[in-house]
Amino acid sequence: MFEQLNRGMPQLPSLRAYRALSSVKRREMREGLLFISPWLIGFLVFTILPILASLFFSFLDLKITDGILSTPKFVGLRNYQQLFNDPQIWRFGSQTPGSMWITFRFGMIALPVAILLPLGLALLMNNRYLKGSTPIRTLFYMPYIIPFVAAIFLWGGMLNPETGWINRALMNMGVPRTMVPNWANDVNWVYPTYVILGIWGIGNAMLITLAGLQGVPTALYDAAKVDGANAFQSFRNVTFPMISPVIFFNLVLAIVGLFQYFLVPLVVNNGTGRPGGATMFYNLYLYRTFFVFQNMSYGSAMAWLLFVIILIFTVLLFRTARYWVYYAGEARS
Amino acid sequence: MKALSRRRHPRETAKTFTVTGFALILLFLFLSPFFYMISTALKTPQQMSVLGAPLWPARAAIAEYNGVEMETYSVPMNTCVGSEDDNSTRGLVILKKGLRESTFADPDDPGRGEFICAVSWRALERPWQFAPYWGNFSTVWSTINFPRLMYNTTMYAVLSTIGVLMSCTVVAYGFSRFDFPGRDFLFLILISTLFLPAFVTVIPTYTFFQKIGWVGTWLPLIVPTFFANAFDVFLLRQYFMTIPREMDEAAMIDGASRFRILWSVILPQSFPALLAITVFHIVYAWNDYFGPLIYLSTARDKWPISVALPLFNGIYGSNPELIQAASLMALVVPLILFILAQRFFVQGLVVTGVDK
Repeated sequence: MFEQLNRGMPQLPSLRAYRALSSVKRREMREGLLFISPWLIGFLVFTILPILASLFFSFLDLKITDGILSTPKFVGLRNYQQLFNDPQIWRFGSQTPGSMWITFRFGMIALPVAILLPLGLALLMNNRYLKGSTPIRTLFYMPYIIPFVAAIFLWGGMLNPETGWINRALMNMGVPRTMVPNWANDVNWVYPTYVILGIWGIGNAMLITLAGLQGVPTALYDAAKVDGANAFQSFRNVTFPMISPVIFFNLVLAIVGLFQYFLVPLVVNNGTGRPGGATMFYNLYLYRTFFVFQNMSYGSAMAWLLFVIILIFTVLLFRTARYWVYYAGEARS
Repeated sequence: MKALSRRRHPRETAKTFTVTGFALILLFLFLSPFFYMISTALKTPQQMSVLGAPLWPARAAIAEYNGVEMETYSVPMNTCVGSEDDNSTRGLVILKKGLRESTFADPDDPGRGEFICAVSWRALERPWQFAPYWGNFSTVWSTINFPRLMYNTTMYAVLSTIGVLMSCTVVAYGFSRFDFPGRDFLFLILISTLFLPAFVTVIPTYTFFQKIGWVGTWLPLIVPTFFANAFDVFLLRQYFMTIPREMDEAAMIDGASRFRILWSVILPQSFPALLAITVFHIVYAWNDYFGPLIYLSTARDKWPISVALPLFNGIYGSNPELIQAASLMALVVPLILFILAQRFFVQGLVVTGVDK
């Protein structure tokens, strides 16, 4: 899906380009634009205008109190000044880090899992010694389609410190009652708990990786074998480059998802940031700023900061792509 | 020769066993919450409160003695007067409870009458009988007004899917069958909206919907679906591009309009892709939490199941059997839909990840 984004910038639509066309081509352009107009209008109304509006809001002082919008007041960069000095976002290292660091810290655990687990599972599904891979893969995918809230309650039950099956299994294995994890209620266990909750969402990435694996021509493996490559070398030099576009796709989606992560803490820990403020993710803080404290201007500034950070990260990722992502049919430069 | 090469080496069979066995164990662990959900949803509240009760739905075993139903206990028979040589354990009904010795009767051998065994009744285990309990579902059904939630969820899913189907086919057709300067640029913009964080648009959009009185109605959730989205447009465009252009051209020579071509040439051949996005979107809408949460939080009568479930959890958090029954009821529709349409699901997904 992202290969196009890695190529150069295509021609912009413009009146000048339109004038340069023959009358037949002009008609085609008019008709083409007409067909894509539902998206063009929607993009303008539900994306461009709101983005500009939130940029505008971020320079105002705009709050809702008792359902009444305050009179907008232009405050220049004050919201941004507050934003970059907000200890709730940037506080570092102490007992409760700021929401930005929470997001990063969680990402350090969650991202490797989000990439490696689907890859490992896809390799297993693609193993020629696996019997019945089609039903097994369907069952691994299945949890992906069940409602997110229901999935949280299923895992919530499994991970219940007293009655959940996981702690009961741990105690049966000899872990003393006082040592079993308190999962979502323990500062040290809450991120692993979220990662476990996220495992049910890997079906998508697994299937896409598997499709990538199945697309690797067997001739390449044969050639590697002839050259005397062992299993690791053949993975490193054949499999990985051939599925790198798929890994890249999963990685981009995982990072974009990480920066927008907040529904799980919102439901599991009621959006309170408990235990000990460890789950006050950036987006949760943003959600509360607008939907609970109804501060539109500060919320908008926070949203714009997030937008810029995601933009920077995706641009950097796409930059690195040319070094490690290999698109077949394209000369590698 | 062929038959010979087909015969499997014993080492190959061992590998098949190891790999498949490993995958099955992994799968079992992966799906264990489902087993937890089913077994918990079928338990009685009484079983939930007993420590040491089995993991599967069960009730204390009951036996009839002299026409009365009584609870049974597992008694080692060699403690009993008159059967000191019997080393088995039997389920007996208790007639008189005592800490040193208790009086029992054997429901399978009522002729033996009452006898005394030298055991404390407190130390005895009670045998459990497998007994699924279905009452949790009806409790959930009436406490959260389940039919209403189902109606709301279905309406949201169906209406928004209609919007997606109508808008995305038209837009995907425009991107796949028309050549004009700037088309690829616009497509690039469309794809990059996937990276856009929802919050950068949601504050003004919410404020706007509130101003025009749409907050608390279905409209903010349904109207935007009529303006296409990147994921479904991409999937349909990829599919449309595999349909040979010759067919369009033949229709064009016959004087068909562009819209006519979409309707009578492209769409009839795109059944699998259309079905894929239909199922995708129904499941998406069914599971959507954020949209209904922000736009419908004040309008309780319009809630879909996803928003009602956490509230239910807040009230009945100490009744896991009800929570699991409610979760099961919430996930059964997308699950059935997935089982029926899994082929299209998988194919559609793969298109978005692997195609260029």
